[in-house]
Amino acid sequence: MAEFDPHLPRPVERLAPIVVVGLLAAVPPLAQVLGDPFLIKVATRVIVFAIAAVALNLVLGFAGMVSLLQAGLFGVGGYVVAIAAHHIFEAEPIGIAGLAWGGSADLALTLPLAAVVAGLMALVTGMVSLRTSGPYFLMITLAFDQMLYYGAVALQKYGGDDGLQILTPLTLAGWDVSNRWRFFYFALALLAVTLLVVGRLVGSRFGIVLRAAAENERRVAVSGIPPYPYRLAAFVVSGAVAGLAGGLLAAGQQFVSPADMHWVRSGDFVVMAVLGGLSTVWGPVVGAAAFVVLELLLSSWTQHWQLVFGLIIVAVVLSLRGGLADLVHLLGRSGGAR
Amino acid sequence: MIEQTLNGVQLGVMLFLMASGLTLVFGIMNFINLAHGSLYMAGAFTAAWIQNISGSFLLAIPAAILLTAALGVVFEVGLFRRFYARNHLDQVLVTFGIVLVANEATRMIFGPVPLRMPLPPLLAGSVEILPGLPYPTFRLVVLGVGLAVAGLLWVIVMRTRIGMWVRAGSSNRPIAAAMGVDVDRVFAALFAVGAALAGLAGLMAGPILAVQVGMGEPILILALVVTVIGGIGSIKGAFVAALMVGLVDTFGRVLLPPALGSMVIFLLMALILAFRPKGLFPVHG
Repeated sequence: MAEFDPHLPRPVERLAPIVVVGLLAAVPPLAQVLGDPFLIKVATRVIVFAIAAVALNLVLGFAGMVSLLQAGLFGVGGYVVAIAAHHIFEAEPIGIAGLAWGGSADLALTLPLAAVVAGLMALVTGMVSLRTSGPYFLMITLAFDQMLYYGAVALQKYGGDDGLQILTPLTLAGWDVSNRWRFFYFALALLAVTLLVVGRLVGSRFGIVLRAAAENERRVAVSGIPPYPYRLAAFVVSGAVAGLAGGLLAAGQQFVSPADMHWVRSGDFVVMAVLGGLSTVWGPVVGAAAFVVLELLLSSWTQHWQLVFGLIIVAVVLSLRGGLADLVHLLGRSGGAR
Repeated sequence: MIEQTLNGVQLGVMLFLMASGLTLVFGIMNFINLAHGSLYMAGAFTAAWIQNISGSFLLAIPAAILLTAALGVVFEVGLFRRFYARNHLDQVLVTFGIVLVANEATRMIFGPVPLRMPLPPLLAGSVEILPGLPYPTFRLVVLGVGLAVAGLLWVIVMRTRIGMWVRAGSSNRPIAAAMGVDVDRVFAALFAVGAALAGLAGLMAGPILAVQVGMGEPILILALVVTVIGGIGSIKGAFVAALMVGLVDTFGRVLLPPALGSMVIFLLMALILAFRPKGLFPVHG
């Protein structure tokens, strides 16, 4: 992973994200040819999860911090989009601090809002959890994830445990996105932008500090660079992008539910990132694809697919003994304190 | 008020039973076990199952404790032992996999419908703890058992030779091994004890809550919060934090609106960690 000169990524590194996005872009025409529109739905799900997993990898793979909060932030974004649409549908303005807002069904407004709210949530939780490291960080992010989950369950007004359905048609700056093809390419464009931005971040000075701090925190601190603000910034960016992805999922399936905020979903995101490889920006896209396809295949084969899936995870972690450890040797250092 | 306080303390001792296993395994083996909640679930299901087929609550108690202890040993020796030296991400992944397997396997064996666990008549009633204030007998028993186990654990870890081995193995494994401590066996035994405590907590929760798939996860999260607040690896910290979390959670749910009530624990955790990032009783400097 960490080439000595991160400003000069190898040709493969440059080409791979283009190939990945290109392959995904070919799915709708392929689905047309095969007469199987379900493929588009699957690929949309892959893209949405991929965006969240790529964002997670900024924190997990490059900054070396195991966060289990990603699903919570993902869900926050979903709820922002769904609640804004709900208020339009009910024609009942939301009152916030004396101001009334009628809600919105325009994704050009609600998706950025989803990212901002999730980013703010990441800022608040990150300020506390990043004061710690290693196992403390892991457990605290897990606890915060469940806090957001219980918070969503407690939202009786918005469906509580059952989740919230989006009953009004969503638009993108006046453009109807209920068409599957349109929505797919819109999501794919967002994935491409995410890959580009995260790729730039990782290669920048910011990314170098982040990776160096994962490698040896003390040395970075002694060089006069406190890692905390860098880590917090990475955490917030990652959370905001997760919120965006969550908003996208809610828009795509016209539904949001606390189930997608459960810590098991956070574990799924970690699994996606690890399956795809933590050392590259685009790896988690492959991981997300593998995850969604595996989920689909196994669940069509048996209703107890989680059993098989759990066994696969255990087997992967066991068998990639050297491989996985090598990929994430950074984590061992920051996480394995004492 | 007194009733709520007792409920809070009772939740606190349950959490302590869970958190003590987590914190010991983490503090001593440096191992994050997300599957700890699955052992709790195993305890509850075994107890309910044994009681349903035998009709005896008394028989269900040792069965549940022994089975979860055995499960703990099987997992420790068969799988987790290989992960002590590996990074926390691998540990999280492997125990996460086990959680998925455990939940689904339980659903396959027992079905999706919660099991019932009726109490024997002796424990089913309530006693008048103060004039005009009845309190369920079983909850009192849970409280007493929890406190007794906490005391026993403290004596074992701090006052006995076995406890000394455990502490030696935790502070310096190679030296302890060189001094003739069979560290592997001590760790396996420790894991079994942690599992048995989780099983005990599960079987005591059975008659109070529903015995169902996924029941281990809410308590796992609370136990993690307890572990983190108390300081990872500290039994004393786990005890203090467990009582604190039990009381705050119970009163939070009664006194605050539901949305805030379910989140108050996490706010407490955030507040404490903002001032004490290593918890209330940090073990290693």
